Order: sequence, then C-alpha cells, then structure tokens
Amino acid sequence: MGRYVARRLLLTIPVLLGASFLIFAMVYALPGDPIRALAGDRPVSPAVVKVLTERFHLSDPLWVQYWEYLKALLSGDLGTDFRGRPVLDTIERTLPVTVKLTIVAVVFEAIIGIVAGVLAGIRRNSFFDNLVLVSTTVIVSIPILVLAFLAQLVLGLKLGWFPIAGTRDGLYSYVLPGLVLASGSLAYVARLTRTSIAENMRADYVRTARAKGLPNRTVIVRHTLRNSLIPVVTFIGADIGALLGGAIVTETVFNLPGIGREVFDAVRAQEGAVVVGIVTLMVFFFIFFNLVVDVLYAVLDPRIRYD
Amino acid sequence: MSTASTSAPSGPVRPGTGPVLEVDDLHVQFRTESGLVRAVNGVSYTVSAGETLAILGESGSGKSVSAQAIMGILDMPPAEITGGRIMFEGRDLLTESPEEQRKVRGPGISMIFQDALSSLNPVYSVGFQIGEMFRAHQGMSRKDAKKRAVELMDRVRIPAAAQRVNDFPHQFSGGMRQRVMIAMAIALDPRILIADEPTTALDVTVQAQVMDLLKDLQRDTGMGLVLITHDLGVVNEVADNVAVMYAGRIVERGTVDDVFSNPAHPYTEGLMSSIPQVEAKGGRLQPIGGQPPNLASIPSGCPFHPRCPKRRTGADALPGRHCAEDVPPLRLVVPGREAACHYSEEVLGV
Repeated sequence: MGRYVARRLLLTIPVLLGASFLIFAMVYALPGDPIRALAGDRPVSPAVVKVLTERFHLSDPLWVQYWEYLKALLSGDLGTDFRGRPVLDTIERTLPVTVKLTIVAVVFEAIIGIVAGVLAGIRRNSFFDNLVLVSTTVIVSIPILVLAFLAQLVLGLKLGWFPIAGTRDGLYSYVLPGLVLASGSLAYVARLTRTSIAENMRADYVRTARAKGLPNRTVIVRHTLRNSLIPVVTFIGADIGALLGGAIVTETVFNLPGIGREVFDAVRAQEGAVVVGIVTLMVFFFIFFNLVVDVLYAVLDPRIRYD
Repeated sequence: MSTASTSAPSGPVRPGTGPVLEVDDLHVQFRTESGLVRAVNGVSYTVSAGETLAILGESGSGKSVSAQAIMGILDMPPAEITGGRIMFEGRDLLTESPEEQRKVRGPGISMIFQDALSSLNPVYSVGFQIGEMFRAHQGMSRKDAKKRAVELMDRVRIPAAAQRVNDFPHQFSGGMRQRVMIAMAIALDPRILIADEPTTALDVTVQAQVMDLLKDLQRDTGMGLVLITHDLGVVNEVADNVAVMYAGRIVERGTVDDVFSNPAHPYTEGLMSSIPQVEAKGGRLQPIGGQPPNLASIPSGCPFHPRCPKRRTGADALPGRHCAEDVPPLRLVVPGREAACHYSEEVLGV
C-alpha cells in the first residue's frame, strides 16, 4: 500500500506539469491586451507598457514564458499579478474561505444526502421515498446559478434566515452558499445511497444475516448499510476535490472572497500568473482527493488490494 | 439405556420424540406485475432428529421457496404465506411474533445456501461472521465469539483455523467457503439444518467432502437435515427419505431406496430415466419432454399432465380421475409410499 501511494504521488508531478502548461497556453491564447485591461480607460504611456511587457515576458513566445514561470516555481515563487502582489499571498488570503465553504458543503452533502438516501432505500415506494426522488430530480435539473439566486431571494431576503453575501457572520455566512454548492452532489448522494441500499437489501449475504437470526437492526446497519455506503463514501471523497475547484459560481454570487471568485476575476483581467497558480492548485486538490478515495476504497472493501 | 443402542448416534438424539419439524399444507404465493405466482401449493413433510430428508425437484418447483418460508426469510411482500402450519418442536412458527421467529433461526433451525461466496458478507472476516451467531444469540463478547469461531472452523475441518479466522471470504476456495457457511449454521447446535443446494456450485471431489462433513456433523449432533437439491446422485448417497416436488406440490414421497428403485409417479420415473447410466454408455439420455410449468398459470388437473406419457385425458380416463381436470391428491399408494397420481398403481406395477 505504501509503495502504491508513493507511486501515485509521483505520478501527480507530470499530471500537474501538463495541466499547468495547458492552463498557461489557454491564458496565452486569450484575446485582448492585459495591460490595456489593467489600465481601463486611462491612457498608458509607452514606457510603462514597455516595462510591464518585459517584466512579465508578454512579448515572448509561449514556451519561453512557460519556462520562465517554471524556473520561478522551482524556487517557490508563484509569480505576481500585474499589481505586483505575489500569487502565493493571494492564495493564502483566499484559500481558507474556499476550504470553509467546501467543509460546510460536504457536511450538508454527507449528512442530508445519506440520511435521505437511507430512509428512502429502506422504505422503497413509501411517501418519503417518492419525496426524495422528486425533490432530487428538481434540484438536479435547476442550474446552480438559478438555485443560488433563488436561495438568496427566498431564504435570505424574504425570510431573512441567512445572510445573503459576504463573510461578516463567520461560519454562519457559509451555510446558505454551502447548501447551494452542495445541492447537486447532495441529490446525487441521496440517490446513490438509495439505489445502493435497495440493491444490497436483495443481496444473498443479507438473506444469510436474516437466516442467522440476527436482530433486524443488525441486519440493516451491519450487513446492509456498511456495504451500501462504500460507493457513497468514495463519491463524497472524490467530490471534495471537485467542490474545492467548483465553487466559482457560488463564491461569485455570494460574494465570498475565495479562490473561485479570485480565479473568475483573474480570468477577466487576464492575470495569467494568478489563473495558472490557482487552477493548478485546484487540479492538485482533485488528483489528491482521488488518491485518498482509492486508498479509502481498499480500507472499506477488503477485496481491493493494491499490492 | 438399552445396550442394543450401539449404532445410535452419540449426540443429543432423543429417539421417540416424534418429528422435530412438521410442515403442514404450506401455501406460498408471489404477487408480481405479471400476476399471481403460486410457488408452493400445499406442501407437507416432517423431519425427525437424525433424519435426512431430500427435497428433489427442478428449478422453480418451489423447493427453495418452501425452505425460505420455514426459515421466515421470505421477502414479504412480494411473497405471501397464504396457508398452512410450520410446527417446530410443537409450536406453530407462523403464528409467532417476528421476534420469536428470529430466536428460532440459528439455535432451532438454520440454513446454508448454494453460493457461499455471495452468501457471505464480503467486508467482514469469516471469524467475525461465525462469531456473530454467539454475539446475537448468547450475548457473548467479540473476543470470546472469535475463539468459538476458531473452534467451529476446526470442527468443519478448515486447515489452520486459528490463522485463517481473520481472513475474508474471498480469500478462501469454494469448498472452504461452504465450510465457513456450515460452521456458521451449526454454531448453535440447531435441531434442523436446511441445506439449499449446498454442493451445486462446487466441483465433484469437493462436493463429496462437503457432503461427508454434513453427514458426520449430523451423526455427532443428531440434527435433522433437509437437503434441497436437484442432484439425484447426492440424494441417493446421503438421504433417508425423499420428497419429489413439481409445480409447488409434492408429487411423491418415500424412502430413497423405494423411490429410486420403483417410482410411483410418472415425473419421478422421468427423472430416474434421465440419469446417465454407466452401462448404457453411448446411448441417448431420456429427457422429460416439454417445459416446466409456468407457476403463474399452472395447468388444470394434474400439473404434470401436459408432459406425462401416461396421462389419461380421453375416454380411457376413469371417473373422477381425468388427468386434465381432476387434481390428484397425495395419497398412500403402498405402505410407506405416497404419490400424487391417479394411476400410481399402474406406474408402480402393483
């Protein structure tokens, strides 16, 4: 297992290199002039343009720019934006917001999704089961952007239960955006749990558990739930990686200063270094949590071994 | 104690106490989208201590469903027990509460299944799964239960039991997995063990070992064994009595020697002539013509009549014994032999 993890970690290096180059190339290919964008409507003197162009290697070909970026990266320098602020500082400032948002979202996803899925799966075709099926279908079919505004309007503005934007109320200000961010995955977790339980209830080993005269609770919890939750837990694990990178819309709508909103602003301003730094970080999270899931799989299901 | 009991089993057998398990006129049906499926239609049999009763029948004859009804592990719905009694040690299990029924499963009646790999939970060690019997029924600690699990694995002759107790089902061979199932089933010394096709998934040499093990355990404990199978060879070798099932009914019942040497029902006769014979090497097997009945629409009269070579449906039928119209009851044909055929005497040749 240790060797397997080491090999997988080594493999992330070429993946990250490839990903960062692709992102770099895409930013390079963006139309428009980042210096003009920075200046807005004000005129910029040719001297300033020249200095900035040289400092950020803007007139060099793509591979030279990427090489300069990599050289700096090896010494721990993620570069700076056009205003001279180090990208590392930007990440340090924005990442905690995104991490908090992700944690809140995953907690909602896991608790509400699993509980709803278990109850629906155990009592199939009941009223609650149908409620779960209909509500998850509705949630999945509404785009997250619409859902976010709806949540702001109803739960924030009309009912006044939650703050609408910003982070002034501490962790409480993350509840509404966390719920919105989790909604899609939450619906998926509920359905996955339901299907998995319904399938496991018909398994031969559950029949064996009943034939052994085990109490009903033991049959359900030990012999049905435990096995049913393996795919659910692994989905949630992989989803953490996706949520850490997928919070762009939510953070922008709820005005949370996380890495999602930062990268959104950076793309508009053509801040190449910021975009490449943050998106590469997102890719890393994604790869890392996928590795965690694979390891978790072996822990949960003894049939899986990586040696 | 009589000195003549040298051949009696050494276990806690109480001769003369009558049958331990008595199934009486059991009816089970399934409500499905394509209609009512009548899986078991009035099955009756008894099993005494130390007896091996084989229930013989092709797929869909209701043999497994009746066993699961006895165990109380049918999924209800869609299944529904619509009639009959299941008497275990004098109590009717069907009238007892689910909790009382549960307490019978394990110490009273236990069951092993065909496919041991899918019947064992893949995420728990075999020791844990065997030990669960002691923990659930006797409140034993996890540690003590594991100790007992090792003893049981020894008893079912799993080599190096102490080292393998923490292994998972997928790490065992098919034969060893079935032994684990057996260890689990006999953990609490049940009075009745129902074995549902215990050797079907195993290769022939392993089959023989598992059957030997079951017979040895039966000799030691005096439990009654209900052997559900479609394997005529296994029946012939290990069973005392046999009940042949067709379309959810018992069509013939008697001792294995009697039934095999001289069937009283045309269906049993058909089964016997479909056995490959060593002497008849090179000859053709004699299959039973036609298809097994659809349980959602069982033929009128004798359910076997559309396939029966000896049916009488025209003018040659005796009054009240028209094969396509009158259901033949299971009746005593000769002493010790019951059959559900209007013309059993002719089949038997008596």
